Amino acid sequence: MTVFILNNKKIKTTVNTGVTLLDFIREHQQLKGTKIGCREGDCGACTVLVGSLKNNKISYQSITSCIAPLGNAHGKHIVTVEGINLTKKLNVVQQAMTDNYATQCGFCTPGFVVSMTGFALENKASGLNSCNDAISGNICRCTGYKSIEKAGIEIEKKLQQKDNNHQIEWLIKEGFIPNYFETIPERLRKLTKETLHESIHMGKGTVVANGTDLYVRHADKLSEEAIHLVTHNTNLNGIECSGTSCTIGANTTVTELLEHEELRKQFPKLDGFLKLVSSEQIRNMGTLAGNFVNASPIGDMSIFFLALNSRLTIEDKNGTERKVAFQEFHTNYKVYDLHEDEIVKSISFDILGDGEDFNFEKVCKRTYLDIASVNTALRIGTEKDVIISAHAAMGGVAAIPKYLFQTCEYLIGKNINDEVIREAECILQSEIAPISDVRGAADYKRLLARQLFYAHFVELFPSKVNVQNLIAS
Amino acid sequence: MKTMHNIDSYTHVRGESLFVDDIITRQDTLFGLVFDAPKAHGKIKSVNYRKAEALEGIVKIFTYEDIIGENQIGGILPDEPLWAEDEVHFWGQPIAFIVAESETIAKKARQLIDIEIEELPVITTAKEAKTKGSFINAPRSFSLGNTEEAFNNCDYMLEGETFSNGQEHLYLETQGCYAIPQENGSIKLISSTQGPTAIQKIAARVLGVPMHKIEVDVTRLGGGFGGKEDQATPWAVMTAVAVQHLGKPVKYILNRHDDLRMTGKRHPYSSFFKIGLNKELKIIAFEAEFLQNSGAAADLSPAIAERTLFHATNSYFVPNVKTSVYSCKTNLPPNTAFRGFGGPQGMFVIESAIAAAADHIGVDKRLIQEANLLAENDEFSYGQIATQVEAESTWFSAKNTFKLETLEQEIIAFNENNELFKKGISLMPIAFGISFTNTPMNHARALVHIYQDGSVGVSTGAVEMGQSVNTKMLQVAQDILGISAAKVKLETTNTTRVANTSPSAASSTADLNGKAVQMACNALLDRLTKVAAEMIEEDVTTITIQNDRVHIHGKESKLSWEDLIAQAMLERVALSENAHYATPIINFDKTKEKGHPFAYHVYGTAITTVTVDCMRGIYEIDAVKIVHDFGKSMNIGIDLGQVEGALAQGIGWMTLEEIAYGNDGRLLSNALSTYKVPDIFSAPRMIETVPLETAGNDMAIFKSKAVGEPPLMYGIGTYFAIQQAVKAFNKKYKLKFHAPFTPEKVLMALYEK
Repeated sequence: MTVFILNNKKIKTTVNTGVTLLDFIREHQQLKGTKIGCREGDCGACTVLVGSLKNNKISYQSITSCIAPLGNAHGKHIVTVEGINLTKKLNVVQQAMTDNYATQCGFCTPGFVVSMTGFALENKASGLNSCNDAISGNICRCTGYKSIEKAGIEIEKKLQQKDNNHQIEWLIKEGFIPNYFETIPERLRKLTKETLHESIHMGKGTVVANGTDLYVRHADKLSEEAIHLVTHNTNLNGIECSGTSCTIGANTTVTELLEHEELRKQFPKLDGFLKLVSSEQIRNMGTLAGNFVNASPIGDMSIFFLALNSRLTIEDKNGTERKVAFQEFHTNYKVYDLHEDEIVKSISFDILGDGEDFNFEKVCKRTYLDIASVNTALRIGTEKDVIISAHAAMGGVAAIPKYLFQTCEYLIGKNINDEVIREAECILQSEIAPISDVRGAADYKRLLARQLFYAHFVELFPSKVNVQNLIAS
Repeated sequence: MKTMHNIDSYTHVRGESLFVDDIITRQDTLFGLVFDAPKAHGKIKSVNYRKAEALEGIVKIFTYEDIIGENQIGGILPDEPLWAEDEVHFWGQPIAFIVAESETIAKKARQLIDIEIEELPVITTAKEAKTKGSFINAPRSFSLGNTEEAFNNCDYMLEGETFSNGQEHLYLETQGCYAIPQENGSIKLISSTQGPTAIQKIAARVLGVPMHKIEVDVTRLGGGFGGKEDQATPWAVMTAVAVQHLGKPVKYILNRHDDLRMTGKRHPYSSFFKIGLNKELKIIAFEAEFLQNSGAAADLSPAIAERTLFHATNSYFVPNVKTSVYSCKTNLPPNTAFRGFGGPQGMFVIESAIAAAADHIGVDKRLIQEANLLAENDEFSYGQIATQVEAESTWFSAKNTFKLETLEQEIIAFNENNELFKKGISLMPIAFGISFTNTPMNHARALVHIYQDGSVGVSTGAVEMGQSVNTKMLQVAQDILGISAAKVKLETTNTTRVANTSPSAASSTADLNGKAVQMACNALLDRLTKVAAEMIEEDVTTITIQNDRVHIHGKESKLSWEDLIAQAMLERVALSENAHYATPIINFDKTKEKGHPFAYHVYGTAITTVTVDCMRGIYEIDAVKIVHDFGKSMNIGIDLGQVEGALAQGIGWMTLEEIAYGNDGRLLSNALSTYKVPDIFSAPRMIETVPLETAGNDMAIFKSKAVGEPPLMYGIGTYFAIQQAVKAFNKKYKLKFHAPFTPEKVLMALYEK
């Protein structure tokens, strides 16, 4: 039994937890404002909001309902465009969209409106997200976006007045959301108590976190099967940074990484790195472990954590744990070191010490919401210009997310200069074996590998490299 | 005229607008799914449906054998079956139509169909098709002057080759139709189509019934862009066939992957050019040969090929022109209409030729462009004399308004000061002809009812697909009748109310249908003024209607619109009017390839600036600044939106959007994860559009020129701006004209040796 609140209505349903939230909304509830555009999370026409209670406070996030299993709605407040409509007038977002001619054919529009209303409902520290970030997962084919951007700027201006201590009340008063939102936290609390015993089906079938990869490929199959939902398993949640290391739960989403204060301190450019990863909606859903076991040779998070020299903690059904160096986890194309009855529990890495730096690079056809042609990360430690540690990883250049063992080995003990970087790049080229596919020809990927490898040093050690000299080679 | 928001805005932003997939279906509705060719070319040896048919919930699997009429859906040429018979000609060609109690069951059944195909050689490129003599129809050729002689008198002569790739429409709403049985074998088709009459006609042909048995109704489209002009038809016809046999409603909404795989796209073109100039940079002669990759059937390819020739010299006057186009038959899905309709492909070639010539001569490209802009009374290669030309006015207005020289200097300074980032700039003028080039298609009708309470219903042949044509139709009606917007409702586009329509295409929908609405409303107004004159005992000539009231000598009278209508009813005055508009003047003689095919041209000039990250090969479009000829825009808010949206599509075509087929004819860019359209961050940082001050053109509705397609071609400027930036970084880069200019091609060009 899945129990949740859909807009202003309590839902108790026995529909299979593996059915997509989108189908449940459109077919079972006949709410047709949420549109089907692509069924792979790549267009945002099906965007809905998920409200959850955390520390007794409600927070909302946008997701693409086409690749979300219904079961994950359990205990949540799900909001579709119908759920943000006011009676007989437009909400602030809708009015701004209308005023700025930001809707043409209207098919993508509800998705944009929901994402932007989600932006208004965000609890994020100011400046962390812009309205444009909030609609990074919404595709419009009609407007060319400028009118939508203008609507967004109007909304941002209004939100500057927001009373963060009484945010829901303020948003209701200002006409962003309908009155019933005020009642939701209490109703969710009640719901949680009432349904504790109604824990939804878990433990059998395909392991699914938030489905961003599995549902792209297997939505039909998963809709009909029992699935093993792991997002309700709190053992897999949380980010803990203590002393010299950070441990991050398998269920952690990219957004959670992005918003984590400790991590933001560790990686001052975290924002820039992680906003290259997919879109707002997908970052709100996609989990670390999901990215690891998807095992794509080009998984952004795999590359990121490979270069951090991380360790995985794997747990079997009896709760027995084992650790594996992440560099050894992926063994062949889509093959990795995880047995049938095991799941990834967490990943840990040593926090960056003095003299250590980190950089992440990613190039794809479309800078945002795209899969990389080549991505790469480098963690490097220096002492008096000498490299004392180096961990480099690169995606899109091998059958697995590639840890560049030989390149790293070469770098250690060297001074940072053009010659060393060039030599390292030669070794790198011998370690990789890109193939030609829709993400680019092999020659291009090799050139890009070189450029992005150089880019690490240009970004991290601008005074020690002569760019012209480097790229002239 | 005052601007007005899209009349659908309110329901759009609330998610209350209904698309085909949203309408309430009857409980016994069945669901369709196409089984399509898993090979690009071959003979069908056998298809075994037994396992699929045995699946519980499968109602029937339709094949060509179930067709009562003709198995033929070709529009221009009868060369395309609804369902393949003995051979398949492209990967994704429909072979059968599975009808089941649910979509899920239909999908399972599809996997159970076994097919055996004896493969035949596959052609995927236009060049290969030409070598093998594989064509859709005979080539077409336009000429003016004598290029052979003229080339002898040129100071500079350049030859070159270009390629522009196809483009997926990516309407957010996929194709689909809901077919409902009516009485006596009639069928109602609720479709997402730009061409309701095309569906009606072809459904009647395939079903073997008269057209009056088929009613097509369209509320709106979730984007069309040309992709639903001809290619909404097969799905609608399939559901109609199923209804004819089963007598139950059948719904078929294509899923995205099926839509991408089975439908045609913008045509890829391989082209060759030869351009000759004199020392004053005047283009003396231009020759081009266009190889259009038409795909496996004609679809609209011949008409699109023709428009390529019409726009081969863009907004330039060239005294000696010879152009020819070959519609090459390949084993891709039949390529089809896409905003611009062959025009963009033509313009890309002459812009490439000018860029090549500029590079060769060692001058800025814009100097050649500027020296050759079209002037009043210049002749196009197809014989039309250019009048009310705005080529130079938009060009110089853009230069002055946006301070081109300052922009250029800023770019030079930026490039001198930055090693890893380079900027580029380009100007892109456009001249786009408005009318269906097939003259007989330039007509439309409107049916206007005034109900007895004074409210008004307007039906036209125009299909609303986001371009806000319904808003413009409403503006026409309210303006002429002198009543408020709330009194006017735009009805669905329905073949029983407005028949024999041309598709909503060629940017001319608002002109053709708007003129018809204007005529119908004028006729009603005429009758109503007579009634009013009698009621208030004034001369007819003194009476007008404004703001829902009768006015005498421009002054408000006591007579309201409602009272006037009530009186007209009592007097048995006809409160309905049907008007027919056919564009005057236009003509074209295909035997001579000369005539006056266009009602008018739309002009404009865009200045595009880009920044290329020379480390990573990625780029941003800093700004596109445009002076555009709207005529006298009747709705500037809507029209600016059309410019921005078309521009973004043009930029997408020139930069990110890369269609890829394998040598076996399989679509590789087969999902949104592999086919990327612009997102909010890849749109230009800034778009500024300034309307040109102009008198407008009487051939346009309210002098407000057509705006749908022309601005797409501003996007071509992006290609050349990127090219300039690349050249600023790498002097060894040899200009190539191979669109789209993806980050991959940019990086390779930056480091070309």
